[in-house]
Amino acid sequence: MTEEKRKLMDENGIRTDGRRWDELRPLKMEVGVVRNADGSALIEWGKNKIIAAVYGPKEMHPKHLELADRAFLKCRYHMAPFSVDERKNPAPSRREIEISKVIREALQPALFLEDYPRTAIQVYVEVLQSDGGSRVAGITASALALADAGINMRDLVVGCAVGKVDGKIVLDLNDTEDKEGSGDLPYAFMPNLNQVTLLQMDGLFTLDEFKQALDLAKVGGMKVYKLQREALLKRYFSGGGPETSTSTTEMMEEA
Amino acid sequence: MPSKSFVVETIKRNQIIEALSKGKRLDGRGLGELRKLEIKTHVIEKANGSAMVSLGNTQVLAGVKIDKGIPFPDTPNKGLLIVGAEVLPMAAAYLEAGPPDESAIELARVVDRGVRESEMIDVASLCIKEGKWVYSVFCDVNILNVDGNLFDATSYAVVSALLTAKMPKFVLENDVVKDTGERVPLPVHKIPISVTIANINNTLVLDPTEEEEAVMDARITLDTDDGGNLCAGQKGEPGSFTPEQIITAAEWSIARGREIRQKIKEAAGHG
Repeated sequence: MTEEKRKLMDENGIRTDGRRWDELRPLKMEVGVVRNADGSALIEWGKNKIIAAVYGPKEMHPKHLELADRAFLKCRYHMAPFSVDERKNPAPSRREIEISKVIREALQPALFLEDYPRTAIQVYVEVLQSDGGSRVAGITASALALADAGINMRDLVVGCAVGKVDGKIVLDLNDTEDKEGSGDLPYAFMPNLNQVTLLQMDGLFTLDEFKQALDLAKVGGMKVYKLQREALLKRYFSGGGPETSTSTTEMMEEA
Repeated sequence: MPSKSFVVETIKRNQIIEALSKGKRLDGRGLGELRKLEIKTHVIEKANGSAMVSLGNTQVLAGVKIDKGIPFPDTPNKGLLIVGAEVLPMAAAYLEAGPPDESAIELARVVDRGVRESEMIDVASLCIKEGKWVYSVFCDVNILNVDGNLFDATSYAVVSALLTAKMPKFVLENDVVKDTGERVPLPVHKIPISVTIANINNTLVLDPTEEEEAVMDARITLDTDDGGNLCAGQKGEPGSFTPEQIITAAEWSIARGREIRQKIKEAAGHG
């Protein structure tokens, strides 16, 4: 982590984007945005714009990797070349491969894969615009897309990052805080089962700060969970139903 | 996509889980006990630093090569420190040669993060001419034999090799980088120690063997520095932890980390 170049929090505890330590960035979710997919969701979290789409259960390719007793969960996290300040090479980077793996492992505990033997369930996470915390936003959207696809689930999975900025533990880092802050802790959990399914960390945390960070991630995550549930309910219980799904074009407003 | 991996028989799986329910492990260790850790440094003469580490039957070899290099544009006055890890196809029966799969990429990136985030090496002092020339430190690890907990074995090898590395002293003469022939140690600030804990059927075990990894639900790797601070972490595998289990893992990591750091310091002959 690079040393902090400028102050990321003023004397009143206000962060670079005007938030307090325990506030989330503006967060919006919509379920059912990719018509062809079995399930999908768009999440706009700060400047993040991420679509998750789920196909499956479907036939497993390659066939010899299919599992006799459960579905094979596949996950691809990918960033669009235009999603960051400098154009990103579209080929999957080592970072994207690692994130694909941890997202898959964060979602898997919530799924009853044993209900779909010999099949594949594919989760695509496409980052159209990236801000801090794209992996946790991707997980949050993926859980919605899986629910939308009707995959049997034990619980939703909620992602939420915490971090350390100017020596303080803060909720939901933005891009600047992620790059210039002194610690980042992406976190995902199943809110009703109280199980942590993703935890990564860099930076420096004392044991007390670490405990504080885990508590804050949970408090913040519960706010995300509330919006996640509302997005699902809106899709299925607001008189609309799956046939009247919005398209991505309708959903994304002009910047 | 998960590649081929070690398969453990159902009967062994049941044995491991049953023993754990009584607080025992098949190899007789306590739940929070590390396997025998052996470290031998200076094993490769042509490397600037090297270390052979065995953790139980897991064996890894780290080698450091230091040269002049070109800095990244966003950090023009900082040296390069790059950690790579390769699981050799010879290291287990089920492995095959080929490009690194996602597990090998995760391994290299998690070990790299531990060394980087702890700021073990003061990269700011590895600058020769800002924007033009810096020292480049490559630490590459070959995994020779796999028996679980590659994360920690690899990390110990990297840390030991960096601690014993001697870098060439370069000077700038008429805008040309020259090797003075002098050899000096790397600017080491801190010693990060990685500790990996597996969750098997809701029992936490430290330093899992390959058999234990084959039955584990999830694993968590936490790195601590000399001050007992946590400096990097990664949860892996498709299971989960309760928040309380994560705190326990952090406490284990801090306590065991102290003992392991001492052992590595002795092996590397470091202050």
